[in-house]
Amino acid sequence: MKAIKQILIAIITCVGLQSFAQQMPAPAQSAAITITGATAHIGNGSVIENSIIVFENGVITAVGNSGTPTKGRIIDASGKHVYPGFIAPAKSLGLVEVNAVRASNDQDEIGDFIPNIRSLIAYNAESKVVESMRPNGILVGQVTPQGGRISGTSSIVQFDAWNWEDAAVKVDDGIHMNWPNSFSRGRWWLGEPRGWKPNKDYSKRLDEIKNYMANSRAYGMSEDQPMNEGFAAMQGLYDGSKKLYIYVQGEKEIIDAVTLCKDSGIKDPVIVGGNEAHKIIPFLKQHNIPVLVRQTHSRPSRDDDDYDLPYRLPKLLVDGGLLVGLQNANMSNFQTRNLPFYAGQLVGQGMDKETALQLITGNTAKILGIDGTHGTLETGKSATLFISEGDALDMRTNLLTNAFIDGREISLETHQTELWKRYMEKYSRE
Amino acid sequence: MKKLSLLILVFFVMSIVQGQEYFPKNDGVKENNTNYTAFTNATLYITPTQVVKNGTLLIRNGKVVASGKSVTIPKNSVIHDLEGKHIYPSFIDPYTGFGVEKPKRKPGQGRSPQYDASRKGFYWNDHIMPENKAISKFKYDEKKASEFRKAGFGVLNTHIMDGIARGTGVLVALNDEDDAATRILDNASAQFFSFDKSVTSRQSYPSSLMGSLALLRQLHWDLDWYANGNTETRDRSLDALITNKSLPSIIEAGDKTNNLRADKISDQFNLNYIIVGGGDEYELIDEIKATNARYIIPVNFPDAYDVSDPYATKYISLEDMRNWNQAPGNPKALIDNGISFALTTFDLKSPSAFKGKLIKALNYGFDSTRALEALTTIPAQYLGKSNEIGSLQTGRYANFLITSGDVFNKETTLYENWVQGRKHVINDMSQKDIRGKYTLNAGGKTYDLAISGEMSKPKAEVKIGETEFPAKLEYKDNWVMLSFTNKDKTESYRSTAIVPSDGKNFSGKFVLPTGVETSFTAVHTGDTEVSENKGKKDKDTKPEVVPVTFPNVGYGSLNKPQSQNTLFRNATVWTGESTGVLSNTDVLVRNGKISKIGKNLSASGATVVDATGKHLTAGVIDEHSHIAALSINESGHNSSAEVKIEDVVDPEDVSIYRNLAGGVTSIQILHGSANPIGGRSAILKLKWGENAENLIYDNSPKFIKFALGENVKQSNWQSFSRFPQTRMGVEQLYVNYFNRAKEYEAKKKSGQPYRYDEEMEVLVEILNGERFISCHSYVQSEINMLMKVAEKFGFRVNTFTHILEGYKVADKMAAHGVGGSTFSDWWAYKFEVNDAIPYNAAIMASQGVTVAINSDDSEMSRRLNQEAAKGVKYGGMTEEEAWKMVTINPAKLLHIDDRTGSIKEGKDADLVLWSDHPLSVYAKAEKTMIDGAVYFDLEQDKAKRQAIKAERSKLINMMISEKNGGGKTRPPAGKDKIRFECETIN
Repeated sequence: MKAIKQILIAIITCVGLQSFAQQMPAPAQSAAITITGATAHIGNGSVIENSIIVFENGVITAVGNSGTPTKGRIIDASGKHVYPGFIAPAKSLGLVEVNAVRASNDQDEIGDFIPNIRSLIAYNAESKVVESMRPNGILVGQVTPQGGRISGTSSIVQFDAWNWEDAAVKVDDGIHMNWPNSFSRGRWWLGEPRGWKPNKDYSKRLDEIKNYMANSRAYGMSEDQPMNEGFAAMQGLYDGSKKLYIYVQGEKEIIDAVTLCKDSGIKDPVIVGGNEAHKIIPFLKQHNIPVLVRQTHSRPSRDDDDYDLPYRLPKLLVDGGLLVGLQNANMSNFQTRNLPFYAGQLVGQGMDKETALQLITGNTAKILGIDGTHGTLETGKSATLFISEGDALDMRTNLLTNAFIDGREISLETHQTELWKRYMEKYSRE
Repeated sequence: MKKLSLLILVFFVMSIVQGQEYFPKNDGVKENNTNYTAFTNATLYITPTQVVKNGTLLIRNGKVVASGKSVTIPKNSVIHDLEGKHIYPSFIDPYTGFGVEKPKRKPGQGRSPQYDASRKGFYWNDHIMPENKAISKFKYDEKKASEFRKAGFGVLNTHIMDGIARGTGVLVALNDEDDAATRILDNASAQFFSFDKSVTSRQSYPSSLMGSLALLRQLHWDLDWYANGNTETRDRSLDALITNKSLPSIIEAGDKTNNLRADKISDQFNLNYIIVGGGDEYELIDEIKATNARYIIPVNFPDAYDVSDPYATKYISLEDMRNWNQAPGNPKALIDNGISFALTTFDLKSPSAFKGKLIKALNYGFDSTRALEALTTIPAQYLGKSNEIGSLQTGRYANFLITSGDVFNKETTLYENWVQGRKHVINDMSQKDIRGKYTLNAGGKTYDLAISGEMSKPKAEVKIGETEFPAKLEYKDNWVMLSFTNKDKTESYRSTAIVPSDGKNFSGKFVLPTGVETSFTAVHTGDTEVSENKGKKDKDTKPEVVPVTFPNVGYGSLNKPQSQNTLFRNATVWTGESTGVLSNTDVLVRNGKISKIGKNLSASGATVVDATGKHLTAGVIDEHSHIAALSINESGHNSSAEVKIEDVVDPEDVSIYRNLAGGVTSIQILHGSANPIGGRSAILKLKWGENAENLIYDNSPKFIKFALGENVKQSNWQSFSRFPQTRMGVEQLYVNYFNRAKEYEAKKKSGQPYRYDEEMEVLVEILNGERFISCHSYVQSEINMLMKVAEKFGFRVNTFTHILEGYKVADKMAAHGVGGSTFSDWWAYKFEVNDAIPYNAAIMASQGVTVAINSDDSEMSRRLNQEAAKGVKYGGMTEEEAWKMVTINPAKLLHIDDRTGSIKEGKDADLVLWSDHPLSVYAKAEKTMIDGAVYFDLEQDKAKRQAIKAERSKLINMMISEKNGGGKTRPPAGKDKIRFECETIN
């Protein structure tokens, strides 16, 4: 017995010593796997108790109740829960490692209108921050450039890869734009009074956007032009192959943004943020605009706001009939591992647990346009899923035992678990 | 001989006013006018309370000779009959920058902040300039003087409005005719102070309000030391303070809570400050009254916001809307509470706005006699000049106003403003009032002419039937010039006439569009209606005033919450004690304490709360918070032990209420991490509605913030000149400070004279174990280092906060006896947190360290229960152990565990009732109680939301009607409150 313990310690120590890179990516799924007995949270609002989930070659082949035939390796998950991998939109994961260290920061290129800037090629598949997402169930993310008016083009990746090419789930899926605010803050460092005041330049900023849209559209109407990489990158917005993610908060600004998109022929705009989207639900519904709403763990924007407005906001939008996902674009990347708890917060506000789950799985996949392969536990979709000891939306019980990306069983160790084990080992020697 | 005695006599008489008799005169012969001037039959305000009908004011040589009912008028008097008119002493403004150019901001230079003073031979801080003399910069500004006189002012007190100690001011009469020799009444009238740094120096210290306060305190300690001759160095700043000791001291505080701060310093050093307030005293009136101080109060009541854009109104907080509605009631509130104050034009865009603002205050119930006192006798008395100015008693300067009636009435015309016996005409007294309706016969047509508006600047309206002729009227020196055009402005008519001294009609020349000159007559037919437009009428009546709440912002209460006896029936009780979690248990709260825990307790009169299916816990305690403070970092020195967060607690921060909604009852507001030795903490109970002093714990344990690592090395921003720049330097800084503190204490104990040094006093407390360190820390090397330094000096570090690599030295921490207060899962934001892991709390706890989870963030603090729950996920803590990390463990670290942090009979009733398992993300705080009083309640919160909505919409409607009625508005604006974190430098 003592020998076994020593061997275990030796193994742990070895793992601990090689903590300089990400965990080794898992090999491709070689045999069928069946998970039995778990509560399956499908990600589309439904749930199957005592379920059977089968996947082969990275794809789910069966999801059903206990009568469903099993195949291959059986994982008994009785009393446990299975979820589709959570999806983190609008993050610069893998583009910056340590925020304060400039050399590690590749998330924000200079320039105001740079849609041709592509995040994918800078994505660090071996980021320790990305790695730390996995033990909490976040297995897929939209890697997004930051800053400027049009920040660039994002791509969607899965979180267990050797490099950016095998990480890619959807290449160049969308363009990201920061909408101007009709109010601006006093530049107190220049001696202006601190505080919000009407932004005199708002219409000018709007005009710049209109102008860029109009020009990029005109560019696409004719061939035989010298190359303009920015305008060329914009074409996907008009043919529906790319979505436009607009980071916008205010009621008036959202209306302006949606109106401009309609007028400019942009097919699929998505509101990101939408702090005041609840004030114009019928408008958004009428135009069929999905919202990636700010994480629930936020402060109310104004002193007179309800203390729980950020907790409730996604629920208000869902109750209003909008397609809603959750994002935490304005938080540090490392916070993204709390995505499930942002959804959990909604349950305390009276939202059904399965509906809350949709906001980080099925709905997000739909909004990002990857619902054909990701977001739910349904036959034909990627076996990107995990098993948790308990309710994965609650901190106490989000305890992963197994996780799979495209059927590959990935490591749940991280730089952080290694340090944990390393020092517990140190103290066990004393 | 005769000639000589006459000369002496003349000299004697003249010397009262002028000093130039002995000056040679070459541009003419020397003449003297010793006549009297008498103003008779006026309603004469000798003082605000001594009013004489048909009184006479007799003046000569710029001074009052006599005033009253029966004044003998000498034969050599020029007499002005002021039948029907009023005479008032003119106003005094004790707080202006008149005639003194505001210093210009010094441009920044270099890439690093400036830490040392730029002057030699003066105080060690550039912002202390008591040696400055406004007289040396003073230049009489005729244009500004005229503006002030139009507003009724005759004497101004002025100074250099810059710096923390600003030097002496000048008292000047607004007398355009004579020169400085006459009009300067005092060239060192008072000395001035503020909390704001000088723009003329870039010296960093003080970078915060609490730093300004500490600097002012140390200045007075240093003054004592210097005045007693303990140093050989010459310090012209301190010399000046010694010289000016007997002058009135005026300090610009600028708002209600700064008033209290100023008063505290005033009391501590016996300075008898006259405090320039902010106009918001009504919000904290009991505390202001308790200061017993004298005030100078501005009337800068805010204009209404322009709320016509509904998208924009969201930026305006209820607090700011209320301020518009309530602020004009400030002077009345001060009077009602017996607080002594003078009024000032300070902070108004122009003195011309003064009367309108004052009338607003009068409409809110401010008594006009008290208003007159606040403008005359009181400022005179504050400045020690009651024998010279402020009244029209014999011997005072002849500084007075002649008006058409009550000086505070909107319709009243100010005719003349006499200063030092010199007449300044504001409106021609001889000019007739031509306002009224006339029939105008001109050019063969008959027009209706209506003249209205101000008497001195009337407006005209010309009509035939319903057809309007756009008209312009000028009226000056009794000449009327009226021009009008037809509607298309293609034809213009001009007329001019002199108004006769009797009769109401006038006639004169009329020029047709063709250029042909004819004549016209205007025959008076009646008076114009008084109402000029309906809006103005609204403006002058007292509007509905919404009530002040505690605090006076959204979510405040009309009455402060009171402790009530409560029985929580049938709860799942998380005791946090060895008794663990008790199901179906009752907890009785009596007199603010937990009185009994058990089953089926008798309510005995207490309010019963059915807690079936709910969880009752002790209130959450946040060991590391930066909410509810006006400043967090004093970054101007590498040690700032002298500053106190307790000086800058902000009881109005809505974060307090929101933290209560997350079950938080106690917090430690820590100084930031800008320097290795930070400032002293404030430990609060979040009693929303109480003032700052009542939020702070009684007998509060003493704490100070220390900090290590990248922030104190200034690694992540442009600053390269401050020691230390490495972790090696950080150690030596501590060693040096503690060695100095030891020497300081030894000297103090030896009985030798010593310079009282607040910073050293604090460090001595640390050495003696009387003050505890909570140290911001990240990597293991520095953590170990501080423990070793402490051990060397014989004390113990109390808490490492953040302590993200605590898990690497948990054994050493346990041995030292230091606690760890950490984040649940933060990392990756800077280089030193590369190895921060969420298992940190669990590992430290496993080695016997007392571990707390803190927030350092006003968002996360609202759900610290969830952060504690992460201890279960990361590292497998038991639920009870995890729960203790946000209750009893931080209580232990803060040395308040004998009072709060667990549910135990005899402890303070700081309790939270949760809808669900308190560690669950699904749980909501339903009730948060502190000392037995409910400060947050889910149901009351709903009611408050409704009330805020209703009040906002009421005030918005009032502002819309203000705008539509012609009232002034300003664009919508919103507060941008600073959300402090450790690194916030403000």
